[in-house]
Amino acid sequence: MAAVTLRRVKKNYGPTTVVHGVDLEINAGEFVVILGPSGCGKSTLLRMIAGLEAITDGEIAIGEKIVNTLEPRERGCAMVFQNYALYPHMTVAENIGYALKVAGMGKAERTARIKAVGDMLGLTEFLERKPMQLSGGQRQRVAMGRAMIREPDVFLYDEPLSNLDARLRVAMRVEIRRLHQRLGTTSLFVTHDQVEAMTLADRIVVMNKGIIEQVGTPDEVYHRPASTYVAGFVGSPGLNLLHATVDKAALCIRFKDGQSIALDQEQAASLSDGPVVFGFRAEQTQVVEQGGLKIASSFNEALGSSRLLHGLLADEEAVISIPGDQPFNVTSSINVTIPSKAMHFFDPESGRRIG
Amino acid sequence: MIERTPLLNTATYAVLLLGALSVFVPLWLVYVGATLTVREINIPELHLFPGDHLFDNLQAAWARGHLGGRLANSLIMSLGVATGKVVMSAITAFGLVYFRFPGRMLIFWMIFITLMLPLEVRIVPTYAVAANALWPFQTILDVTGLSTVIAALTGVQVALEWNLLNSYTGLILPLIATATGTFLYRQFFLTVPDELLEAARMDGAGPFRFLTEFLLPLSRANMAALFTIMFLYAWNQYLWPLLATPDRAGFGTTSVVELKMLAPSVLTNGGGTPDWNVAMAGCLIVMLPPLLLVAFMQRYFVRGLIATEK
Repeated sequence: MAAVTLRRVKKNYGPTTVVHGVDLEINAGEFVVILGPSGCGKSTLLRMIAGLEAITDGEIAIGEKIVNTLEPRERGCAMVFQNYALYPHMTVAENIGYALKVAGMGKAERTARIKAVGDMLGLTEFLERKPMQLSGGQRQRVAMGRAMIREPDVFLYDEPLSNLDARLRVAMRVEIRRLHQRLGTTSLFVTHDQVEAMTLADRIVVMNKGIIEQVGTPDEVYHRPASTYVAGFVGSPGLNLLHATVDKAALCIRFKDGQSIALDQEQAASLSDGPVVFGFRAEQTQVVEQGGLKIASSFNEALGSSRLLHGLLADEEAVISIPGDQPFNVTSSINVTIPSKAMHFFDPESGRRIG
Repeated sequence: MIERTPLLNTATYAVLLLGALSVFVPLWLVYVGATLTVREINIPELHLFPGDHLFDNLQAAWARGHLGGRLANSLIMSLGVATGKVVMSAITAFGLVYFRFPGRMLIFWMIFITLMLPLEVRIVPTYAVAANALWPFQTILDVTGLSTVIAALTGVQVALEWNLLNSYTGLILPLIATATGTFLYRQFFLTVPDELLEAARMDGAGPFRFLTEFLLPLSRANMAALFTIMFLYAWNQYLWPLLATPDRAGFGTTSVVELKMLAPSVLTNGGGTPDWNVAMAGCLIVMLPPLLLVAFMQRYFVRGLIATEK
């Protein structure tokens, strides 16, 4: 178990910079998820920590040790790959025990360790099989076993669940979380799936275009997104973002179509007159008979427990969520109110959160 | 081909049968020829069924062609070429695919060019080098004037010489130096996913371990195929052994070259008895080792072709 520290870590591929000076502090024993769309540099970051990619500039420390120039095997990291990267010509037992064999451990001890790990992951009866003969979930477990057996300081997961079907993904997610509780090893998990991030993480790192947008607990990232990017990426659906104008004199913000929504004193104090991006969560609205904001709804998605209404508010797309059992007429418009604590404000220029 | 009609099936079988016959009929005639007496084989009537002198003819061919020693020569040469090729190509391809070093592309193209220079094309310089493997160095010394300098300074006349003729080394080395195997491995190494290398690195395997414990076990089928092809290639060589083994009485030569001596002609027996039956028997003997090898290796590389395990 060790802390991982990144200081101004940069990565260039020729003239293109894919990671722009990342600073990140991961505490020992923490489970951190790096979340972002494909191409945001999250996997590159993970691979730099693993030692599979050289870093262009900056410093990476695992525990007390600066590992910039160390070989992957000297860093005390174990990695689980997206497509598992199992050794096709070795049995499950040989796959799991390979790192120990390289390290020169005796056969008897190795066999005992392999058996222990196999038991823990429910692979006991498959130890003599080849990876070809396993199902996706079992291969995933072998990949985890291969990482676990070395008792590494840091676990690195590179989108390990994205090749599994939906049900198995949920099951493996739970298993990874349980494993972390049991072993307490510092873990870094890269994913583009925000549900995975929310359920697994102690802290989430949201990345976009090679920079960190926000670092925070799942609650912080969900309830207080630091930027419009995070707001739109996290949550299903993402935060509704609408362009509006602050009118401090009237204590309200005004949309382009003339509708307005009242602010309280405290909110008004943190804002200044002028354009603003106003955000609210689909599920934090209340449908009312009259008053509030009028949304011209266009279509709806029934999700069972809830129903998502897609519509237009001042010509911008907005989604609100209503309980699934509530009757709904497709052609109608709908009026909603938004509690003041569910309102978010962002700077339209920088996209950063205000207040 | 998905289309299957009775007509097309018949046509396909006809082509197949024709192909099989064109291979099988000459072999059958060789076998029949090897079972006849000198008189029988020389009367102008094609024998289609074997006689009963097979063992006499085999014995005669074995004795006259010194086939015991010749076969041993062939076997040593073919095994040497096949093994050398399998080992050297693997190492070369490993270097080319997995390492970044200055001059990598230059070396790649130099190897590539050898594909266009088979032994037959470069036979004269190859012979010159085999006759004295140090000849290129001697030439460098002479051209740069260094040998004159050395002679003037020390009074020693530099005359480097290392004759490879009439030796297994001389038979084997020129045949190893071709690019086919290197490219076979290279293409296979390029299909090995990067993650496998990365996983191995994470597990602490260095380059040598990655080669011996990952790449070589994974390319077993390739190696079996390459070994078989190179063995046959070396076994069937005629021109090079003919040139490289002038000492027929001492070192001898390979069995395929000796086979030519068994064939009656003005050159070999001065136009004496046209005993084609003995030549055919020799043919049968010389054919046998490659046939056995293919029969034995077939299951390995066919398995490699069927299992798409990567």
